[in-house]
Amino acid sequence: MKTLQELQEIRDRMKSRVANRETADESDVRIVVGMATCGIAAGARPVLAAIGDEIESRKLTNVKVSQTGCIGICAYEPIVEVYVPNREKVTYVHMTPEKVGAVIARHIVNGSPVTEYTYSYAVANRGGNA
Amino acid sequence: MLERAHILVCGGTGCTSGNSKLIAEEFTRLLTENGLQNEVKLIMTGCFGLCAKGPIVVVYPEGAFYQHVKVENVAEIVSEHILKGRVVARLTNVEKDDDGANKSINETAFYKKQKRVVLRNCGIINPEDIDEYLAYDGYKAYEKAVTAMTQQEVIDCVKASGLRGRGGGGFSTGLKWQFARDSVADQKYVVCNADEGDPGAFMDRSLLEGDPHCVIEAMMIAGYAIGATKGYIYVRAEYPIAVERLNIAIAQARDYGILGDNAMGLGHAFDIELRLGAGAFVCGEETALLRSTEGKRGEPKQRPPFPAVKGLFEKPTLINNVETYGNITQIILNGPEWFAAMGTEKSKGTKVFALGGKIKNTGLVEIPMGTTLRTIIEEIGEGIPNGKRFKAAQTGGPSGGCIPAAYIDTKIDYDNLIALGSMMGSGGLIVMDEDNCMVDIAKFFLEFTVDESCGKCTPCRIGNKRLYEMLDKVTKGEATLEDLDKMEELCRYIKENSLCGLGQTAPNPVLSTLKYFRDEYVAHVRDRKCPAGVCKALISYKIIEDKCIGCGLCKRGCPVGAISGEIKKPHVIDPSKCIKCDACFAACKKNAISK
Ligand SMILES: Cc1cc2nc3c(=O)[nH]c(=O)nc-3n(C[C@H](O)[C@H](O)[C@H](O)COP(=O)(O)O)c2cc1C
Repeated sequence: MKTLQELQEIRDRMKSRVANRETADESDVRIVVGMATCGIAAGARPVLAAIGDEIESRKLTNVKVSQTGCIGICAYEPIVEVYVPNREKVTYVHMTPEKVGAVIARHIVNGSPVTEYTYSYAVANRGGNA
Repeated sequence: MLERAHILVCGGTGCTSGNSKLIAEEFTRLLTENGLQNEVKLIMTGCFGLCAKGPIVVVYPEGAFYQHVKVENVAEIVSEHILKGRVVARLTNVEKDDDGANKSINETAFYKKQKRVVLRNCGIINPEDIDEYLAYDGYKAYEKAVTAMTQQEVIDCVKASGLRGRGGGGFSTGLKWQFARDSVADQKYVVCNADEGDPGAFMDRSLLEGDPHCVIEAMMIAGYAIGATKGYIYVRAEYPIAVERLNIAIAQARDYGILGDNAMGLGHAFDIELRLGAGAFVCGEETALLRSTEGKRGEPKQRPPFPAVKGLFEKPTLINNVETYGNITQIILNGPEWFAAMGTEKSKGTKVFALGGKIKNTGLVEIPMGTTLRTIIEEIGEGIPNGKRFKAAQTGGPSGGCIPAAYIDTKIDYDNLIALGSMMGSGGLIVMDEDNCMVDIAKFFLEFTVDESCGKCTPCRIGNKRLYEMLDKVTKGEATLEDLDKMEELCRYIKENSLCGLGQTAPNPVLSTLKYFRDEYVAHVRDRKCPAGVCKALISYKIIEDKCIGCGLCKRGCPVGAISGEIKKPHVIDPSKCIKCDACFAACKKNAISK
């Protein structure tokens, strides 16, 4: 026998798990992970998994995660693009599962991109060899 | 862990017969082989609706809509789409938006004009997992009804919504609930009519297969409102997938304490049992259904008393159709005003139709009441195949009638269909083109009702049989014009005097075709011709000499050797051997055969 509260817990837990069965609408934040051969080889899969875990544990239902193919800057994989409605797209490069927490907390939840992980930052600060 | 992709494989009856189970197994195998089983979730859902394009697989979050999927395609979808994130465009719907990209599902012609209230979860959730139903606000409506509303308030809410029975009659659901509540008795019952006997109809089956919990929850709400503790779902045994999913759903609901002596801990008892019907059409009629549920022979009886007063085991019984129940949770959760804002003045909400016949997109559609027939046929259905002309649409199955092409702009609702001499029925919508003979259609439906008449009352048992014989004479060119008048008279007699709805409506297909296509009847009688070339006794196959190129295709196709001729010279058909099977007509590429 489940109590009303237990049923509600199941609803809450399941809601974030089924959330990606709707195609994103205008008001959703979209996170797109590059999952072409280059991305996967560079470690995109654990990044994607970490994003999923983070979204689930924070119960974020307005975030849609999807995958895309090769973005063309393979040297910077794994790449994660974040689309917040009415804002410029932000491209994160050389992503790792460890960096995911900061991106979700600072960018998705609090609205300020993690500049030091972005493509533009990487390009501006690249030494001779990137 | 949160899965990054969900693969939804249609497990409705249509796609299952197209091997969707094997497709799902192949996905499971390949996902495991690639170590993706924890990252990607595979779900068997209910019907997506677009059965013509089945088997269907949808992959989220992209919403890529794969159609006509074969087991061989699975490897490519896994390696390209799931592993590399590239949708296999070749296997998806071919509709493009202005930028040349594939349209997402909800933008395609088939789905765009639909409004999914009853079918909201079909093709989205796994019907065998109660947790997924809970994710979409499952069992919240029951909680709201019992904790925040009195029994009378629940009934008032259903009344105010304007919901009318979807099983055919169109009676006010709220009023029916009120009658059942007002009947005083120590025991009352809630019954769900899932007999769905109309040929060509599969709305109720699809809802039960795709979202069984929503019917269970609605029956619980009805039980609370009228004061019943026991429910029965009467479902035909020919619906094995629906039966299996209902059994699973009931077991899971019991396990969670949602069904039981103290449902959801809210102090009311409710439990549900299944009763399997043996597929008799008359058992869909409510009094016959209740007798059959009692274990007796399924024969109708006179009303009144209505079931709400004296029904199952002589106790007050609320009986509603599957789709009627399918609306209840949404009405409770969103309020009656939300529901009443959809539809026409006297027909609120949406209606699910099983779209079939001569139409490109056969399948299951849910539209707001008041949508025109033209929208359904030309937009959602994407028109008639092979460039043929639309002739008529048949609604209401064997109890209904046809709507001729001239009325294609009719707004579909209960009253407009009745005014045209047809009816909403349970929701079969069969599209006919110029190649359909209307006399033959009427004969088809009447043959069905003659077969299915239970035989208890004379007007139906004998009247319909005689009517059928007269129709048969028409199709053989043996009737007189006077017979047509006699048929009309007999129709009226049967309608007025039959015991139950089966007999009372059986002549409708005849009356309605006589009304709108009398010229076709006259052609059969007076000219001994079947204008559509269907009635065998009235057609003879001939080869048009000028057009025949002597290719021999017809000769090879003829199963009885009735065609002779030398290659590259006009062939001839021997009428004494011809069995009018149409094989030559279908084989000829030059339109050189007339009938
Ligand atoms: C011959 C005959 C067959 C019927 N078959 C069905 C059926 O298959 N399913 C159904 O829901 N109602 C069927 N009905 C209508 C039922 O008698 C009854 O009106 C309906 O279950 C009431 O539910 P509703 O008010 O929710 O529509 C049939 C009626 C007749 C006369």
